[in-house]
Amino acid sequence: MTDVIIIGAGVVGAAIARELSRKDRSVLVLEKNSDVCEGTSKANSGIVHGGYDAMPGTKKAFFNVKGSLMMEELSKTLDFPYKRNGSLVLLPDGADEETLDALFQRGLKNGVKGLEIIDRDRLHELEPNVNDSVRKALYVPTGALVCPFLLTIALAENAAVNGVEFRFDTEVTDIRKEDGAFRVFAGGEEYSSRYVINAAGVYADVIHNMVCPQKIAIRPVRGQYCLFDRTVGSVIKHTLFSLPTAMGKGVLVTPTVHGNLMAGPTAEAVDDREATNTTAVGLETVLQKGSLSVNSLPGRKVITSFAGLRAREKGGDFIIGEDRNVPGFIDVSGIESPGLSAAPAIGVHVAGLVNELDQRPDRKDFAETRKGTPSMANADEKTRQRLIKENPAFANVICRCELVTEGEIIDAIKRPLGARTLDGVKRRVRAGMGRCQAGFCSPKVAQILSRELGISEEEITKSGKGSEILKGIAKHDI
Amino acid sequence: MTYDVDIAVIGGGPAGLAAADSAKKAGVKNILILERDFRLGGILNQCIHNGFGLHTFKEELTGPEYADRYIKKIREDGVDYMLDTMVTDLKLNDDGSKTVTAMNRTEGIIKVNAKAVILSMGCRERARGSMNTPGFRGAGIYSAGTAQLFVNINGKMPGRQVVIVGSGDIGLIMARRMTLEGAKVKMVVEIMPHSGGLKRNIVQCLQDFGIPLRLSHTVTDIRGGKRVEGVVVSRVDDDLRPVEGSEEYVECDTVLYSVGLIPENEITLKMGAKLDERTNAPLVGDDLQIDSSGVFACGNVLHVHDIVDHVTEEAVNAGENAASFVLYGKVSKGAKGLVESAEKNVYVPGVDEDKMTCVRCPNGCLLSVEKGTDGTLKVTGNLCPRGEAYAVSEFTAPMRTLTTTVRVKNGTTKALPVKTSADIPKEKLLECIRALTDVEVAAPKRTGDIIVKNIADTGSDIIATGSVDNV
Repeated sequence: MTDVIIIGAGVVGAAIARELSRKDRSVLVLEKNSDVCEGTSKANSGIVHGGYDAMPGTKKAFFNVKGSLMMEELSKTLDFPYKRNGSLVLLPDGADEETLDALFQRGLKNGVKGLEIIDRDRLHELEPNVNDSVRKALYVPTGALVCPFLLTIALAENAAVNGVEFRFDTEVTDIRKEDGAFRVFAGGEEYSSRYVINAAGVYADVIHNMVCPQKIAIRPVRGQYCLFDRTVGSVIKHTLFSLPTAMGKGVLVTPTVHGNLMAGPTAEAVDDREATNTTAVGLETVLQKGSLSVNSLPGRKVITSFAGLRAREKGGDFIIGEDRNVPGFIDVSGIESPGLSAAPAIGVHVAGLVNELDQRPDRKDFAETRKGTPSMANADEKTRQRLIKENPAFANVICRCELVTEGEIIDAIKRPLGARTLDGVKRRVRAGMGRCQAGFCSPKVAQILSRELGISEEEITKSGKGSEILKGIAKHDI
Repeated sequence: MTYDVDIAVIGGGPAGLAAADSAKKAGVKNILILERDFRLGGILNQCIHNGFGLHTFKEELTGPEYADRYIKKIREDGVDYMLDTMVTDLKLNDDGSKTVTAMNRTEGIIKVNAKAVILSMGCRERARGSMNTPGFRGAGIYSAGTAQLFVNINGKMPGRQVVIVGSGDIGLIMARRMTLEGAKVKMVVEIMPHSGGLKRNIVQCLQDFGIPLRLSHTVTDIRGGKRVEGVVVSRVDDDLRPVEGSEEYVECDTVLYSVGLIPENEITLKMGAKLDERTNAPLVGDDLQIDSSGVFACGNVLHVHDIVDHVTEEAVNAGENAASFVLYGKVSKGAKGLVESAEKNVYVPGVDEDKMTCVRCPNGCLLSVEKGTDGTLKVTGNLCPRGEAYAVSEFTAPMRTLTTTVRVKNGTTKALPVKTSADIPKEKLLECIRALTDVEVAAPKRTGDIIVKNIADTGSDIIATGSVDNV
């Protein structure tokens, strides 16, 4: 019997797993995909929101502000990219000034530090390329950028190092509570635990409703994004938000923590929980709305587009806590935006809930810190020389666009919860993230994966079973 | 490690090789080519089809054979080269010299101080992402060049049921390659009302195999989950916008993009040079020099050439000009520079269908054949006698060169490029492929080695068109 089963290895599940591993207990994470960070956590804005947007008194507001304050420190402890660039909520000509003021007031109530309403002159000083039609803005200096992949991966890796077990390709199909314990059926096996934590993202209602009599309902909201070449990454410095609507924070334009430019998301309610496809209308909307924030958004410099689903629960707020009908079942559901910003605080809070129910001594050998894969692209010449000296594979460039070497890719595969797919490598070390979108490097990365994992190239996938990149060998089907 | 050279050449593909050769022949002593791959030749290594060299060598070669000619020249010249070496930086020093920073496994970080630099990094393909094609992002979406590498270098199939987006030459070539290796190419869609590829490729890569070319069509949605399951193909109007109601679902497991090439100028940017916003190419003078800096650019890094012969011609100019810069401190006025392709001979639907396109050279003459009452064939439209011979042969018994690969044991690559030593009847193509299915050769092999004698009783041998070394 496991002490705690966490369902879902997204940023929330990973943050909870890490916090739970501070105490002496067994924790098992069940994930239906083949890697961590395969759902909502991989397809979002990568923004650490200041916390002005959520309604005061909501869980969203509380965990957003708290998580946002934790993020910078955490980025140092767990070695993932974070950059405080500040956000600006733009008020276009003709828009209602009260909306901006209401946001400002909301932010103050939520306890967001440093908020300021700034006029056109100050705005243009801060952000010369902002659209000329913008009159005023709410300046949020605490707004920041984070790599959502590496945040999730870092949390999960550190949890794994501290004894948390992860099972991938293991979809939970049923949960029963019997004799004070949970029977969890997943991937054709049965697991049992004393506590279950539901961090299943857009499937959290499905998981919840398996065992809880009082039902919840998630209807995903799709967000489509366009990612631009790094050559235009410095067109703006701040994250530029348009005024929020009922469906979300509106289309933003932002530099990413890796130096690209990004615009999105749309907000479309969808019924299919796998509808991560982009649409012609959606992409057009992103470019059109994005250009309301920035003078001449460089549409020709788009290198890829993608869509993610936000797990919108009908109540509109995060649901975090033990279910009142099913003791030991802890929901962490409805985690849509600002879930990424909130995740570190949610992790601490949920672990606290479990600790209250189930007191355990501290894990004696808890490893607090984690060191990520060294990046040749970001290293100075001296560091590069040292890395190559330690391992010559760091001189073998595999991804030209992002300057990623064989050494980094091998490290990404060999480390705890290492990459086993092309996407897994891409999210860990950025091979294939650049302007050629893996055209040059994917055959090479596939060969490295094949060699390091001891499997044939035909077995290498983009993102788990069913996404094999090859279909047999030449001439054998004539 | 630090090296001092006269000329550093960045990239050992067709442009770099020809530039180094011409600079050497112009009297420059100390030339170093820096190549990121494990061998020289660049993209030609994976272009195993024929049609190269008609201008330069007056004969038809495959890509690896064309590369081999220049690699031999380089070796005879005594030009130095470093393989598996990636250039990461290029700086202009105050004294006018240049420092190239590179790295490789054996030497770590390398500094090359050069009097002149030749940029010959080539280009990369535009990917699906830059087209903003909506839909899912499962496995099975590749650029045509990536598929070409999988098939021609690794001997693997990236898919079995294929839709190709874009009718540029790489897309057309891959339609034939995928077909010959066992895939079903459902169609090639081209958003423009005309193909971007050479006529000879329309004939030999599509028409030979009955592959439909859908002009004024594009893919408007990619469906499937983990793997592509199909695409929606739509007709486009005069403004290239999809026409509502024209959608057609085409089942496939693979989408290949052949939608244009972009010069690869990361290194050029490092020296502070400006790029043309539209083409992404460096701005050079008439002598191919960037801003009198002693840095020259040639080949596809400068503009995308239709045929390699033009790359060579331009690179020869760059090599000579760089040599002048090194030897005399300047390039004389009137030096030769850019080599623009003549207007491309593209396929025009409705006009070209009744006529035959001569494929003996890139001219692509449109031939008409009439059978006289006495049974003799009268050919018109040809610019040279080869056209007449071709038309007669096409009319009576069409012949083709087969280019493909065989598997390699213990080699530095898993596939060896091969071709038929002489043309074979068109209808024998697939039979020859079948006969090669289980052929596996042991490395090493050299260009020209005979792999199979008298393949499928055609009287033609299968010969190696490239080399493979032992691991």
